[in-house]
Amino acid sequence: MTLSLPWRAAIVSVALFAGFLLIWHLATRGTGQVQQMSPEYAKLMGITATQGKSAMPGPLDVGAKLWEHARRPFYDNGPNDKGVGIQLAFSIARVLLGYLLAMLVAIPVGFMIGMSPLLNRALDPFIQVLKPISPLAWMPLALYTIKDSSTSAIFVIFICSLWPTMINTAFGVASVRREWLNVAKTLEVGTLKRAFTIILPAAAPTILTGMRISIGIAWLVIVAAEMLVGGTGIGYFVWNEWNNLSITNVIVAILTIGLVGMLLDLGLARLTRLVTFPE
Amino acid sequence: MSDRFISIEGIARRFGTTAIFEDLWLGINRGEFVCVIGHSGCGKTTVLNILAGLDAPSEGAVIVDGQAIDGPSLDRAVIFQGHSLLPWRTVLGNVAYAVGSRHRDWTSAQVNAHAQKFIDLVGLTGAEHKRPAELSGGMKQRVGIARALSIEPKIMLMDEPFSALDALTRGTLQDEVRRICQETGQTVFMITHDVDEAIYLADKIVLMTNGPGAVLAEIVENPLPRERARNDVHKHPYYYAVRNHIIDFLVERSKMFRAENAAHDPRHVPLVRPGLAAPALANATPEDGRKAASA
Repeated sequence: MTLSLPWRAAIVSVALFAGFLLIWHLATRGTGQVQQMSPEYAKLMGITATQGKSAMPGPLDVGAKLWEHARRPFYDNGPNDKGVGIQLAFSIARVLLGYLLAMLVAIPVGFMIGMSPLLNRALDPFIQVLKPISPLAWMPLALYTIKDSSTSAIFVIFICSLWPTMINTAFGVASVRREWLNVAKTLEVGTLKRAFTIILPAAAPTILTGMRISIGIAWLVIVAAEMLVGGTGIGYFVWNEWNNLSITNVIVAILTIGLVGMLLDLGLARLTRLVTFPE
Repeated sequence: MSDRFISIEGIARRFGTTAIFEDLWLGINRGEFVCVIGHSGCGKTTVLNILAGLDAPSEGAVIVDGQAIDGPSLDRAVIFQGHSLLPWRTVLGNVAYAVGSRHRDWTSAQVNAHAQKFIDLVGLTGAEHKRPAELSGGMKQRVGIARALSIEPKIMLMDEPFSALDALTRGTLQDEVRRICQETGQTVFMITHDVDEAIYLADKIVLMTNGPGAVLAEIVENPLPRERARNDVHKHPYYYAVRNHIIDFLVERSKMFRAENAAHDPRHVPLVRPGLAAPALANATPEDGRKAASA
């Protein structure tokens, strides 16, 4: 009997993961050279120097750390020692705020661009120039004008989420099928009602695709932005743990960043499925 | 003429320097079923779009019920070639969208009840909550017909409504459109490629020459009785007279019509009524046609 494809795929996934963990474990198990030193000096040097333990944490170290964080995600021991949960909450809040502000601008503006060939041509050069600018390039300008690091990070999220959604909205609105618009015309449906009952549902899948690209970029950018502005957030956490030389914590942070990014994408994918219509 | 319901008066449509058609005149009476036949690219759809108000003539005007048309209107329903249903709405939602546009002050219960009546009329009872993607081509076109009928228009404009359907479905839908139009006394302007369909459905068949620069060559009055049935319509003695006349036109005369008929007056398109003897005369003048019909 053959198992169904999802089951077989799951088995391969688990096998690959187990193989990866095994190689990782074996690669970090070995002992390096141990130097003789006085016991006082050995206390300062740590187990890498005294016992020859690998400087790279193994999967067991990371697993233990992960469990530790999972048990106490929200502890707060002052500005430089907060739980991963708190840091993630800061990052997610910034991303969502910047992202929602961007959607409030991008969807209406994209709608107007899509509906008006004049606006489309008039705004096209600006969009083409602004779109390829790395969001982090805005950071100094944002810090200088806004004078607040946290708000600057939100602004950077705003500016990078803007373009994919705006461009996709404009495209979706401009490519609504002529026959559907003709249906509305022959039924004497007014412009506003036409926008909401024909164009919006017809363009919704394209708009949602743009929003999905935007949230992906926003989550990529927040880590980098928080490394720059510091203070709070998962990006700051990564940089802080690098300064602490806690590679275990850095790996834990990398894992959680990936997981949260995946969840954000899944959420929007589900929304996209809600508005998608079969033809 | 006082009973003229639709009057197309000297319309032209040009794209740049090429004229699709020029100086086109046609009158349609109330309750009449008119089919237009012509080769692809002769501008049939453009005429229909102008009647629908989706396109504007470069010259001339169309008068409906005593008023020159100016844009689309709920009085003129269009059944599009592709069914053009809104795929994110259900069958009921599609019809209700039209009903709600017609009767803006109705409650949604009133709108749905009215829509349901027309869904029942086209035989889609039970499929109200399906989406267009779940329907067959014939069912989709039925929804399109229900949607057009539900706004109770004065005129139905149909652009090759059955061309994408298989022969069996086409037959049933033709029967139904015929029944509904006769019951409601609809005025219909329909474009078709199918000669048999035109003969079965139409009171008058308008023959259009090849474009660009297309003209209405003649109007064929259907000699078959108004009460006709699908199973014996082709046995009527005049059936092949009409059929041959139209096919002769499409195959031979439509290309060279303008060159051969220099005296053709677009304002007074000859009315032909093919009878038993007429089809032998390939270049029948209107007088010949009438003579043959009275013979």
